[in-house]
Amino acid sequence: MDDTGTVVAFYMLSALTIVSALGVVVVRNLIHAVVFLILSFVGVAGLYITLSADFVAVTQVLIYAGAVSVLILFAIVLTPTGDRGNQETFLRLPALLLALLVAFTLGYVAIDTDWAISDREGFQQTASTIGEALLDKYVLPFEIASVLLLVAMMGAIVLVRPDSAMEGE
Amino acid sequence: MIRLAEWYDFRDLGNTVGSLLDQIRDWGAPDWVPYVVSGLIGVVAILLWTVLSVLAFIWIERRVVGLMQNRIGPNRVGPNGLLQPVADALKLLFKEPITTREADRILFWLAPIVVFVPTIVVFAVIPFGERMVLADLNVGVLFLIAVGSLNTIAIFMAGWSSNNKYALIGAMRTIAMLISYELIQVLVLLAAVLFVGSMRLGDIVAWQAGYGVWLLFLQPLGLLGYIVSGAVEMNRSPTDIAEAESEIVAGYHTEYGGIKFGFFYQAEYLAGFAIAAVIVTLYMGGWTLWGVEDWVPGWLIFLAKLYGVFFIYIWSRGTLPRLRIDQLMAFAWKFLLPLSLVNVIIIGGEKLLWQEAELSSGEALPLFAVVNWAVAVVLIVGWAWVLGHQRPERVAHRAVLTQEVGAIHFGEPAPTV
Repeated sequence: MDDTGTVVAFYMLSALTIVSALGVVVVRNLIHAVVFLILSFVGVAGLYITLSADFVAVTQVLIYAGAVSVLILFAIVLTPTGDRGNQETFLRLPALLLALLVAFTLGYVAIDTDWAISDREGFQQTASTIGEALLDKYVLPFEIASVLLLVAMMGAIVLVRPDSAMEGE
Repeated sequence: MIRLAEWYDFRDLGNTVGSLLDQIRDWGAPDWVPYVVSGLIGVVAILLWTVLSVLAFIWIERRVVGLMQNRIGPNRVGPNGLLQPVADALKLLFKEPITTREADRILFWLAPIVVFVPTIVVFAVIPFGERMVLADLNVGVLFLIAVGSLNTIAIFMAGWSSNNKYALIGAMRTIAMLISYELIQVLVLLAAVLFVGSMRLGDIVAWQAGYGVWLLFLQPLGLLGYIVSGAVEMNRSPTDIAEAESEIVAGYHTEYGGIKFGFFYQAEYLAGFAIAAVIVTLYMGGWTLWGVEDWVPGWLIFLAKLYGVFFIYIWSRGTLPRLRIDQLMAFAWKFLLPLSLVNVIIIGGEKLLWQEAELSSGEALPLFAVVNWAVAVVLIVGWAWVLGHQRPERVAHRAVLTQEVGAIHFGEPAPTV
């Protein structure tokens, strides 16, 4: 984080991320909100790059900007009420208060904590390190996560099956 | 620092750039100046090359497809119609840009720009020759997949913002295709990365040059999967169902005209070049050719291979009819997906065998090549035979979810809401 380029990149990416994240909440049109969301995902990916976490950054673009946002777009377009956009709600004031409170708490903790700064060099090969950790030290959580995803997938298939197919077989 | 050859040694254009950067350093510029200059040179060179290639290939493709379809093709503008692409570009520039009523103006205007970015960014990680790569990332292969998936969002923006049902259907088709074929692309590239042991494209080229064998000989199933999913990603006939003009006018760019349409058109070509470049780099040895690269500039070899692969796509466009969307989906999920899964398992097993049995590369690689080609032929023929003998009622014929939601009804009268 010493050289000027990284610092400038950090502030620009942070501004991009925060502004587009605000856009997600403020904008009335749902599709515009999704586009802002994608922009914010890309900004976060950029922040990962400034932390020399290249694998996480590319995965962020692949999974969030490429796949999750497409899923959201699908959900919006397939839902008949999707074009109504963000409506007014009576919970507006409490939500604003809660959000400010959370932001204040997080900010206070971030500033107040005496963070330990490591003087270690940045990683050179994050992909292989992550791979070894996932399939060695953390193999059980990794496998549990994949079984969970499998169950979710099967659940989705069962949910959308037509009734006739269930009776027939 | 590697010692550079003379600047006029054009076997490696890196020499010229390198000596220019040395010169800048000699003038006492701070460190970031050569860094930025080298980046700018790379970007400008890639942009120039892509624009010229696209112009050339618009003419080549139209003439070649004309030959294939027993007609002449454009031959009026300039000698042999050579100036036709220039005339096309000028026409697009001077056309009136029309925005439909009730269109989402911001997204409508933004989409042609956004569609351009991912296709051009792909070239940043492609090694055009020795030391001729803009950014040889550690995670190059993953980067290719990630950036390739962003294209879809731009196409969706275009289709949705047009306020046209055909455009929206085209956009939806694009997303359906992406979800299906990205999976295959990931699996196929996983096998390649697994066998080579690196995600850096420069390492993959070096691996193929080092063992003197292209991955094409070792992973025929992988090559098949990538060629098909690449064709789908670049949205060209016979898999251009997102803009199938006989079904949905022009798909996602129905409402686009003038230079905005030109952007889509050029992005399509660029995606084609990008896919061809990836195929050349991963499966065909990149800029190397068994020692010929010592005599011929590596970037010329690379470009020759790239245009050769792109010609296959032109050829298939001139030859094959367009697939229906359900055929394309079934091909992805029922045919390519099981094959690429088997491919990953076989390649993983071979990699393990190679390491555990301590085979020399001279023993292992020919064996793997023969086995993999035999397995590929058996699997493709056998699986196609099995799928062809299914009972017809097992074949899905309607989309269940959309019907129950009430969005689209196939073959039934529309409900009165």
